[in-house]
Amino acid sequence: MFAPEFDYYRAGSVAEARELLGQHPDSKLLAGGHSLIPILKLRLAAPSALIDIGRIDSLRGIDSGGMGISIGALTTHAEIAASDEVRSMATALSEAAGQIGDPAVRNRGTIGGNVAHADPASDLPAVLTCLGAEFVIEGSGGKREVPASEFFEGLMTTALGEDEVLATIEVPKSQNGEASAYSKFAHPASRYSVIGAAAKVGLSEGVFTSARVVLGGLAPAPVRAEAVENALVGQAATTELIAEASRKTGESLAVDDLLGDVYASAEYRKASAHAWVRGALTAAVARVR
Amino acid sequence: MSASTFGSGIRRREDPRLITGSASYTDDIVLPGMLHAAMLRSPYAHARIASIDTSAAEAASGVVAVYTGADTEGEIAPAPCAWLLPNSGLTIADYHCVAKDTVRYVGDIVAVVVAESRYQAYDALDLIDVDYDPLDPVVEPKKSAADGAPQLHAEIEGNQAFHWTVTGGGDIDEAFESADVVVKEKIVQQRLIPNAMETRAALASYTPATGELTLWNTTQNPHIVRFLCSLVIGVPEDRLRVIAPEVGGGFGSKIAVYPADFITVFCSKKLGVPVKWVETRSENYQATTHGRDHVQEIELAATAEGKIVGLRATVWAGMGAYLSTAAPGIPTILHGLMLSGVYDIPAIHEDVYGLYTNTTPVEAYRGAGRPEATFMVERLVDLLAAKTGKDPADVRRLNFIPKFDDGHDVVTGLTYDSGDYDGALDKLLDKAGYSELRAEQAAGRESGRYIGLGLSTYVEICGLGPSQVAGAIGFQGGLWESAILRFHPSGKVHVMIGASPHGQGEETTFAQIVAGELGVSPEDVKVVHGDTDNTPMGWGTYGSRTTAVGGAALAVAARKIRDKAKIIAAHLLEAAVEDMEYEDGKFFVKGSPDSSKTIQDIALMANVAWDMPEGVEAGLEATSFYDPPNFVFPYGAHLAVVEVEPETGHVSLRRYVAVDDCGPQINPMIVEGQVHGGIVQGIGQALWEEGVYDEDGQLLTGTMLDYALPRADLLPDIEVHSTVTPSPHHPLGVKGIGEAGTIASTAAVYNAVIDALEPLGVEGVNMPLTPERVWRAIQEANGRN
Repeated sequence: MFAPEFDYYRAGSVAEARELLGQHPDSKLLAGGHSLIPILKLRLAAPSALIDIGRIDSLRGIDSGGMGISIGALTTHAEIAASDEVRSMATALSEAAGQIGDPAVRNRGTIGGNVAHADPASDLPAVLTCLGAEFVIEGSGGKREVPASEFFEGLMTTALGEDEVLATIEVPKSQNGEASAYSKFAHPASRYSVIGAAAKVGLSEGVFTSARVVLGGLAPAPVRAEAVENALVGQAATTELIAEASRKTGESLAVDDLLGDVYASAEYRKASAHAWVRGALTAAVARVR
Repeated sequence: MSASTFGSGIRRREDPRLITGSASYTDDIVLPGMLHAAMLRSPYAHARIASIDTSAAEAASGVVAVYTGADTEGEIAPAPCAWLLPNSGLTIADYHCVAKDTVRYVGDIVAVVVAESRYQAYDALDLIDVDYDPLDPVVEPKKSAADGAPQLHAEIEGNQAFHWTVTGGGDIDEAFESADVVVKEKIVQQRLIPNAMETRAALASYTPATGELTLWNTTQNPHIVRFLCSLVIGVPEDRLRVIAPEVGGGFGSKIAVYPADFITVFCSKKLGVPVKWVETRSENYQATTHGRDHVQEIELAATAEGKIVGLRATVWAGMGAYLSTAAPGIPTILHGLMLSGVYDIPAIHEDVYGLYTNTTPVEAYRGAGRPEATFMVERLVDLLAAKTGKDPADVRRLNFIPKFDDGHDVVTGLTYDSGDYDGALDKLLDKAGYSELRAEQAAGRESGRYIGLGLSTYVEICGLGPSQVAGAIGFQGGLWESAILRFHPSGKVHVMIGASPHGQGEETTFAQIVAGELGVSPEDVKVVHGDTDNTPMGWGTYGSRTTAVGGAALAVAARKIRDKAKIIAAHLLEAAVEDMEYEDGKFFVKGSPDSSKTIQDIALMANVAWDMPEGVEAGLEATSFYDPPNFVFPYGAHLAVVEVEPETGHVSLRRYVAVDDCGPQINPMIVEGQVHGGIVQGIGQALWEEGVYDEDGQLLTGTMLDYALPRADLLPDIEVHSTVTPSPHHPLGVKGIGEAGTIASTAAVYNAVIDALEPLGVEGVNMPLTPERVWRAIQEANGRN
């Protein structure tokens, strides 16, 4: 419960943070600290230096003036959950952010730190993948954009390079006839997701024109439930159809690296995930109507 | 008694300091020149220590000393077990405070580092090089009893710490042979991990010049710590002062005396400076005592109508790697003697096997033995109801001990003090709307909803207890309490008491008792506790005994003061003592209430002593030692209403209704708070909490990320009601209430879930009732059907 010794630097800008990252191999960026500090205290990691980017104001804030909603990496979960724009145009993200940990965690933890850590039981990777978010990354070659579906590579592994800084997350806005929702089975102790289901749907005259369903908590990286999506598109959005399509969740989970632990085995998660998919789809459809 | 004080739900005087952060806990105390200790704990559940190299740690920055088992040999005696259970073949393995050559659980202490800062001490732990030869561990009690199991202690055959039995009433075998109906169940009372908000801590300050030692210790019983510490560490009791400053909860985990405390004292003695040790939360999970851990095989025999004729049980109780201070009494005396519950059971037999396992030692945990007993009985009664086709409430009524107000003997040898079990159940069913709930349940089943109702009618033994009984059951201490009550000249009251409350609000309730007895304002009563130099001897706060026994001591002391004050008042009013009357703090001659002396008038006169009656000493002060003539037996009836989602196995608790009877309530608000907290802790066992070891003896639920404590958002409002049946033998008629909720609620919630699943054919599920466990039980039932 005591972190090993490390050096501490505070970066005043993204450029300075990148410079410090280059100077200190084996260093880690520190934002809200809600993923990193517990790992240090349990001595599961021992970086040589922490580079604190927590006071770089340009990385903070929500801007919905453009095509999408642009969210700075240092924006806290509480700020996202409280944003009217996020709630109306990216509802699943609003719901997920509002269910992370507890108020103390949401007041300190940041969206950038959360996704860079890429804990498979975290809520945001599945939600951002479902919503089709783009991650704006600053590195030696300038800025690049990586879609969420390519950002999360595996267990605590992302597309972020060693000297790169995640700057902004661009979240597409829901258009007319579209809505999203997030439904979560929270671990009773950690409040991380045992199963997290994010759904975004498009409806026209009661018929699914689009559907995207992504699951978190079940595998090292977010899993898209394409079998469910395919069963929905082109069909009338009835309660029966949603229930029937949700039952296909397991088909998308036929992978051998499903997660399980002492609380909930992989077999159980796979067998019951459809209930949360159904919940997310039902809520999203209700929102369109 | 004044109605405005005794029985009033006044606010807890403790709270302003607790909620503003101005309370001072052991870790808040800083002494000049203080050093910090950190314990190196075994990462293996069972291993021989081949070698230890401390040289790198000793050379590390800020490190003052490193000690291993070789250094403490002969300086620290083994941590004592102080409940020497008679007639049980008790075998006590030496619990070396620093392991000598073998470690027996993950968390066993191997070495201690003393450094200038905590960071330096913890960093240096990584530099100690220990070479372990791993041995096979055993973690489950029943497996530990099996042939061929790894043996923990060479001198103890079969890992058996004790084999205790209780037999009472008629011939048990005959009862079962002649019974119309027998129901059986196997229950795992899973291991629970207490989570006090304050982890354990010790600050030892030894003064070589005087040979005096002060130990600040987060404990439930500072006087026991002083007594046992003097035996273990060799500082005479008169030179040893133990202070329990603010203590942030205990739930039983701060009863024991611990190796780390003795090691901290040893370090201070050795170095001649103050040494502080504060447990991290991870250490708390590994090394502070756990609770429960029973495997129970139980059966109940009854007539075809559902009248119970016998109860038989075998229990394998995991004790951990060593016997903690009070551990042997928990699964035996506090468990087996309560197997009659609220029922008239003519024959009872139980065997309890206490077994060493490669796990953290087990101790009392809120309820301590009684939740495990109540669960057995309440589960069996529900099974009996199912088997005989009766409503669980009706089977209970059929078997209740009829109302009694001055003693009822049960076959386990106890004499319950008073009870009206029908009264509690009637009130519960009425308040809950039981028949409407049953109708809602039936309607729900028609539409595919699975609602369950769970009853738990309990009685518990608390207010421990007569000291003569303590001696007879092998408890190595007394169980009386003492109090000193002193009036200052200005009429303010100073109370010094041996009991050691740590969150239960007794500074407030004690003041209310004094106020009620002497007619002063509770505001005018100061209550001092927790410091062995400033309080009379007391045996501690556990077993719901502080108000029941300590409060009685206080009432008796107050009545002594009233008697003396009456003599002084008679003298001042120039009347005969037998003509004096007392009412609400005033003394007057019969028939002349207008000419009176207040207790404050008399306090002033007694302190200045200008005009005292012949032969009466100055001062207005009394000391009492209260040794209760019997235990007290609070009881009640609880109902849980749950709904189960069969598709996912999720259980939601919809309602919880409690009726408890702890006799007259000194402060109903505090009673309600105790009932709430107790119920929630019991629900935690039913639904969420489990300390899990893997087969290698590694604790898999070693942090708050994995070990699920109850959270407010998962609980309904708890509906609290009460009945009032005074204890006939207690000066105030009161019974304990600290553990009642925990004793009742686990069984209520469990019974409710099984009731909900009844149409699905589910027979039993191990606790905690996680979604996966419930889901699997439904799958298995589907497979059978």
